[in-house]
Amino acid sequence: MTILIEVRFHGRGGQGVVTAADILAVAGFKEGYWTLSFPMFGAEKRGTPVVSYLRLSDKPIVERDEIYNPNYVVVLDPTVIGPVRVENGIKKNGMIIANYPKPAEELRKEHFSNLNGSIKILTLNATKMAIEILGRPITNTAMVGAFAGATKLIKLSTLKETVFEWFEKKGEELANKNVELVEKAYKEMEGKV
Amino acid sequence: MVRKVVRGFYAVAYAVKLCRPAVICAYPITPQTEIVENLATMYANGELGNCQYITAESEFGAASILVGASATGARTFTATCSQGLILMSEVLWNAAGMRLPIVMVIANRSLSAPLSIWNDHQDSMAMRDACIIQVYVENNQEAHDMIPQAYKIAENKDVMLPFMVCMDGYKLTHAYEPVDLLEQETVDSFLPPYDPPIKLTTKDPLTFGCYAPPHCYMEFRVVMQRAMMRAKKVMEEVFKEWAELTGRNWGGLIATDYMDNAETAVVAMGSVVGLVREVVEEMRKDGKKVGLVKIRSFRPFPTEELRKVMKDVENIVVFERAVSFGYEGPVSIDLKSALFGHSNAKVYSFAVGLGGRDIPRDLIRKCINNAIEGKVDEGFHFEGVKEFEEVII
Repeated sequence: MTILIEVRFHGRGGQGVVTAADILAVAGFKEGYWTLSFPMFGAEKRGTPVVSYLRLSDKPIVERDEIYNPNYVVVLDPTVIGPVRVENGIKKNGMIIANYPKPAEELRKEHFSNLNGSIKILTLNATKMAIEILGRPITNTAMVGAFAGATKLIKLSTLKETVFEWFEKKGEELANKNVELVEKAYKEMEGKV
Repeated sequence: MVRKVVRGFYAVAYAVKLCRPAVICAYPITPQTEIVENLATMYANGELGNCQYITAESEFGAASILVGASATGARTFTATCSQGLILMSEVLWNAAGMRLPIVMVIANRSLSAPLSIWNDHQDSMAMRDACIIQVYVENNQEAHDMIPQAYKIAENKDVMLPFMVCMDGYKLTHAYEPVDLLEQETVDSFLPPYDPPIKLTTKDPLTFGCYAPPHCYMEFRVVMQRAMMRAKKVMEEVFKEWAELTGRNWGGLIATDYMDNAETAVVAMGSVVGLVREVVEEMRKDGKKVGLVKIRSFRPFPTEELRKVMKDVENIVVFERAVSFGYEGPVSIDLKSALFGHSNAKVYSFAVGLGGRDIPRDLIRKCINNAIEGKVDEGFHFEGVKEFEEVII
């Protein structure tokens, strides 16, 4: 049986929504998956809602259409929840992993009260974490770590290596800070599953 | 060989580098930009050998610079799309008429107006008649592999024509996926240096694209058509050589799947082919006699190949990514012309995904089923269109 895992990322321009999917495509490949990531290219303006997609499979991926029924939804910005129906089409037993300043139960109550109970919701305050470590509210690396911690699809060591390589050309300090952020988010999420 | 997850842009730029171009000239336009940005970075890092990277003031300028460079015997590259390609078009007709083997990547994108930066095939289709070879690729591996093959075909003395590698903007250019990156030695063993017998030099002055009054113009057109038709054989040979060299066989001018005993043939080009193939596979499992015909070379058009493979089919479903306004989809127009007198199959043509509208699996399945079950009329349809009211004031 073919494995196909589909992930949809929501956030706003400037938060690295596209990069989040791309980093996981590289890390997923290192874990032995065939991977494909691509953006829904929108207005490209800072602050506007942005969507990107990731597929992981045990065989080469040929589906290049948008993801309508994701197994996982990753939300990089708490303020897109509501204006954007991030939960649309999510599969039964799926999971929403959101950057949200409140516990998961409250997010469910506030926005997803009608959502099928089989769908798990997990939150972490990635904005706060990113400001603490990076000094900027760019949440993609934290959410990449959170995704891996929650799903265990990608090992922490593989992800740390990938994130380091990704940011290395922008300087070792930034790369190390992003690795730190990934690890912190991974571990926090690991404890919540 | 290294298998790496790279973006479409890089897969193309890296292959261009391995082909040792002498002049690259471009003007940025979304979604092509990062192809030439990658090449500019390689140039700045000194990775492109003796290559000249020239930034032009427009696409018209970029194409003009490459015409000059190619005429001096330089291997040349550019990439563009959409409005940029249309702005190049005057020059590109000249490049073809002067028989200059410029290789270009078209990151397929729709045309204005209304302004849209998203993917369809309207831009390259607008260049259909310019005597430029057009090959459409399905994924970033095929795009990567096509670059050295494009040079080898375009520079063949029986051909000597410009070559467009058409890859879907965003769907391929912006996608990260695993690509087996070629080695320099592999490309060097496959692609000899470009050394045309006739070129511009100060020692032996010539003129290219000169004035041709009625008594001699037509013969130039005859040889252009001959070169295009000869290209078919050259392409088949080069594709075969590539398959032997790399183990990756992308097919000939067309590639087929499940066409044995097929009653319905589904025709597609570009990045949608992968998903169409999956839908065809699923339908085969359900006992429906459906097959896939992927058109790789749109110019030259694979007339004989299509006649052969469509010989016994009853229905043909064509997915179009462009419109010849006032008639129908450009692929079906040519397909029907090729099959005239050779087939009585019903042809159903569906324009899908114009201006980047998504082409989901269900839409593909619906179009094929509707055709098989006779739920739609033969001829041209737009599919995936919202209900709307046209207001004529």
